Amino acid sequence: MDTFKTLAAILLTSVLVNNYVLRQFLGICPFLGVSKKLNQAVGMGVAVTFVMLLATAVTWPIQMFVLNNLGLEYMQTIVFILIIAALVQFVEIFLKKFIPSLHKSLGVYLPLITTNCAVLGVTINNIKDSYGFGESMVSSLGCGLGFMLAMVLFSGVRSRIDESDIPEHFKGLPATLIAASFVSLAFYGFEGVVDNLFA
Amino acid sequence: MDINAILIALGVVAGVGLVMGIVLALASKFFAVDEDEKVLLVREALPGANCGACGYTGCDGYAEAVAKGEAEPNLCIPGGSSTAAQLSIILGVKIQELEPKVAFVACGGDCEAAKSNAIYDGIKSCKAASMVYGGPFDCAYSCVGCGDCASVCPVNAICVHDGLAHIDPRECVGCGKCVGTCPKHIIKLLPKDTKTAVMCSNIQKGAVARTNCKNACIGCKKCELNCPEKAITVIDNLARIDYDKCTGCRLCEENCPTKCLKPIDFMNNKIG
Repeated sequence: MDTFKTLAAILLTSVLVNNYVLRQFLGICPFLGVSKKLNQAVGMGVAVTFVMLLATAVTWPIQMFVLNNLGLEYMQTIVFILIIAALVQFVEIFLKKFIPSLHKSLGVYLPLITTNCAVLGVTINNIKDSYGFGESMVSSLGCGLGFMLAMVLFSGVRSRIDESDIPEHFKGLPATLIAASFVSLAFYGFEGVVDNLFA
Repeated sequence: MDINAILIALGVVAGVGLVMGIVLALASKFFAVDEDEKVLLVREALPGANCGACGYTGCDGYAEAVAKGEAEPNLCIPGGSSTAAQLSIILGVKIQELEPKVAFVACGGDCEAAKSNAIYDGIKSCKAASMVYGGPFDCAYSCVGCGDCASVCPVNAICVHDGLAHIDPRECVGCGKCVGTCPKHIIKLLPKDTKTAVMCSNIQKGAVARTNCKNACIGCKKCELNCPEKAITVIDNLARIDYDKCTGCRLCEENCPTKCLKPIDFMNNKIG
């Protein structure tokens, strides 16, 4: 029961409290770039979740069994970037061959994920928080879902912004960034919620 | 700190890079997808307006269907016969002629002729306006004039003035998007060499149609009786022209009591 509690706490924490986009400000580029339409936002969210899970599944063993054993913890960032980039490329080739329809709908977003710092952030934070393999996977699932949640919420906010009458100078990116800061403030309301939930 | 630490770090990064490189190289070899050259050729020959007149999702979708042999090469309306000829050459099949078409608003009910029963002051959309008691005009088959057709036109060939949509036949590519958008279903695709057209879509009885709009077709059958080619038939109180038979003799126009039969010259933008 305790493990379940821990995992649930990790999942909820990474979705709501430590939301990567809105609390840690990682992965802002796709957050602003692909949140114009709901279906695109969902597509990007699914792709990021998938890549986060895959990246964690590969980087965690490499950190534990290769880097730690050789005393190369300081090479973490470079090795992880290398692995994530290659992984995304591999996923793209794989999808193109076996699931062309999915490749067509995700195709645009996959290269964007290669340099998405949220993915790198998840893998590094998993190591930093000294999670086990299972906990790491749950945490990356939560982070991916949190990313998707932020994207979906913000696509709704953006469609409202597009329809509203705002001063000329605020149109476009300024209004979007201000709105993003409000959404981010709203997420600060989750502070402490999860800790008390499982206390 | 000795040289070994550096070498080990170097070796690990190089090793990871090498393994990943080999995996990617193998993957790109084994999972390679053959892209059909024909698709690319066909796609380049198409105009790229993505108008959807061919019935596919866009030029890409149509190119794929043509290359696979699932679609005829003469469906691209904006490209016309020159594109059809190019596609036929790429595919190595016989050229099929494509009859160029032009969209035409079959309504003569401008602000003066059509009787209005209300002033519509809602969302500027024909679809919305026609939901309110069938539109702002007495005639249920009248152009609403809010310009839904103009907003979907990919080449900006439609403008609305005097409460009636006007399509510039020289700009129109005949994609038929407006035809599907019009909530009154009064836009029709006519052959580009059309000489006479009925500028009305009202199928109510003559007396009712006439009260609602001065320019309405009242279904009097004068045109049907006078046509030497038997090209006109009145069905449901509305004259309909068979363009395979019409020679453009203009006898029907002269005999039409409400002058809803209009001379047409699409090439020179003369309608009515």
